[in-house]
Amino acid sequence: MNMLKTILEEVLGLFVDDGVLALLCVVLIAVVSGAVLLLGLPGLWGGALLLVGCIAILAWSVARAAK
Amino acid sequence: MTATIISTVSAAFLASFVEVVEAFTIVLAVGLTHGWRPAFIGTALGLLLLVVLVLIFGPLLALIPIHIVQFVVGVLLVLFGMRWLRKAILRSIGVIALHDEAKAFAKETAALERQKADRRADYVAGLAAFKAVVLEGVEVIFIVIAVGTTQGLTLYAGLGALAAVVVVLGIGIAVHKPLSRVPENTLKFVVGLMLTSFGIFWTGEGLGADWPGADLALLAIFAVLVVVSLAIRQWAGSMRTPRAAS
Repeated sequence: MNMLKTILEEVLGLFVDDGVLALLCVVLIAVVSGAVLLLGLPGLWGGALLLVGCIAILAWSVARAAK
Repeated sequence: MTATIISTVSAAFLASFVEVVEAFTIVLAVGLTHGWRPAFIGTALGLLLLVVLVLIFGPLLALIPIHIVQFVVGVLLVLFGMRWLRKAILRSIGVIALHDEAKAFAKETAALERQKADRRADYVAGLAAFKAVVLEGVEVIFIVIAVGTTQGLTLYAGLGALAAVVVVLGIGIAVHKPLSRVPENTLKFVVGLMLTSFGIFWTGEGLGADWPGADLALLAIFAVLVVVSLAIRQWAGSMRTPRAAS
């Protein structure tokens, strides 16, 4: 049972290390998905927003940790 | 298509290389302190469990519509890639300590030496090898599935991962020491860039993005991320320098 727990923790740890970083990425994807699926934003614009958003999140997260 | 195959194989190879090096360190520590029998049994059982996991979950993926797979895998890759990228940048500017295989090996060896008197020592040592193979192997499986499934390139991704296993084992058997000279952080930085690029590309595809240049857009996303990440590293590094000097 402990082994299973460790494996599950490890799998979760694959995606979540800094909780805020993971949360911001999920929020970004949710907002972009909502804009594309509900507001009719073109898919390519959605993809471009994802790229810009990921860069902004990375910069903010690194700066926050480096301070 | 060639660009996609090359990037898929490279991503699977490099990401798996890092994980296999980490598993190898533990298996080597077990082999050198308790003999090769528990190391091999633990490794073989770990690999067997991984094969079972692939056989169970692999066919399930084929039942899910491709755009959903693209979206879900894309989201997971963004999370996975951004995590590696952030960590690699922070390690390169000294915010987080670099991962040291020699140190990990010494720590594992010391722990195994302490258990030698225990009559269940071989079992515990075999379990350590098993655990290392399963935990690092789960990451390899995810990477292979994530970078391969969305375009039916799982075989190529699997070959990339297999090549990483062969290379690490080849070097490991030759030097008989933990592979501490592997530039792990640089590899993680490159893999973080690749996985994040794949993640953005697939999430976009899942949302219906018609990327200009089709698969070549993946290389463009990668190039943008390389330039920006290096700039972020430079900027964050300069933020730290004045404080380190004071």
